[in-house]
Amino acid sequence: MERKTKVDAPQGIQEIVITRDFDLPLVLLFKAYEEPEIVAQWMGTKVVRLENRKHGSYQFETSDPQGNLLFSANGTIHDFYPNQKITRTFEMENTPFPVQLEFLEFEKLTETTSKLTMQIVYKSVAFRDQMMKLPFAQGLNMAHNRLQEIANQLK
Amino acid sequence: MNLRRDVFQAIADPTRRAILLLLASQTMTAGAIASNFETARPTISKHLQILTECELLQQQQHGREVYYQINAKKMKEVSDFIEQFRSMWDDRFNKLEAIMKNYQSEK
Repeated sequence: MERKTKVDAPQGIQEIVITRDFDLPLVLLFKAYEEPEIVAQWMGTKVVRLENRKHGSYQFETSDPQGNLLFSANGTIHDFYPNQKITRTFEMENTPFPVQLEFLEFEKLTETTSKLTMQIVYKSVAFRDQMMKLPFAQGLNMAHNRLQEIANQLK
Repeated sequence: MNLRRDVFQAIADPTRRAILLLLASQTMTAGAIASNFETARPTISKHLQILTECELLQQQQHGREVYYQINAKKMKEVSDFIEQFRSMWDDRFNKLEAIMKNYQSEK
């Protein structure tokens, strides 16, 4: 089966490009990024705030069933053109990771299919690689000490 | 059966990721692991079973107790980090697609 999601991480460059073809009309794909309730569903996090406009901001929070905060992230929206593009920052709170810059481009392929291109720019190559090595930790709070330990085991 | 894919599915689940994090620095019994979660004990047992089947966890018998520990070798195997990262986004986008298809048919 052809892989629908592709990740291009050129060596030595502090960015990655994620592309995905969706079996969805462009308008529906964009809606999944626009409506807070829908974002919450597929991201698996609580959307505390999502202001889709220039100079708007957003905030995500994930808690465990006991109500302990596991993960929180926020960012600022720099550009918001419906069905075209979103430019925003993303920062995980209580982690050593610096803010990253995200360029999201939405394209119509056919009436029923669409494409998303997400370019993420990191502060450094080292931070990019570290971030990518912890995918199963994303969504959990990086401040947990055990996380660093598991990261060390993965080295 | 594609075992490699199963490993990535195993770590795509938030409770299983939390279990792996919990076991990163210590070995624990199933009971001790379960006490860290609100989830019912049989559910945690099921997660432990999946992680063990994927060889991400190993069991060790100490007297009457069975201890779980991380299988560092297997963790290294899955640390092909770009694939792991891709797989996380693929899962996420598959979910997005499924949600929006439902949304479309409800209209």
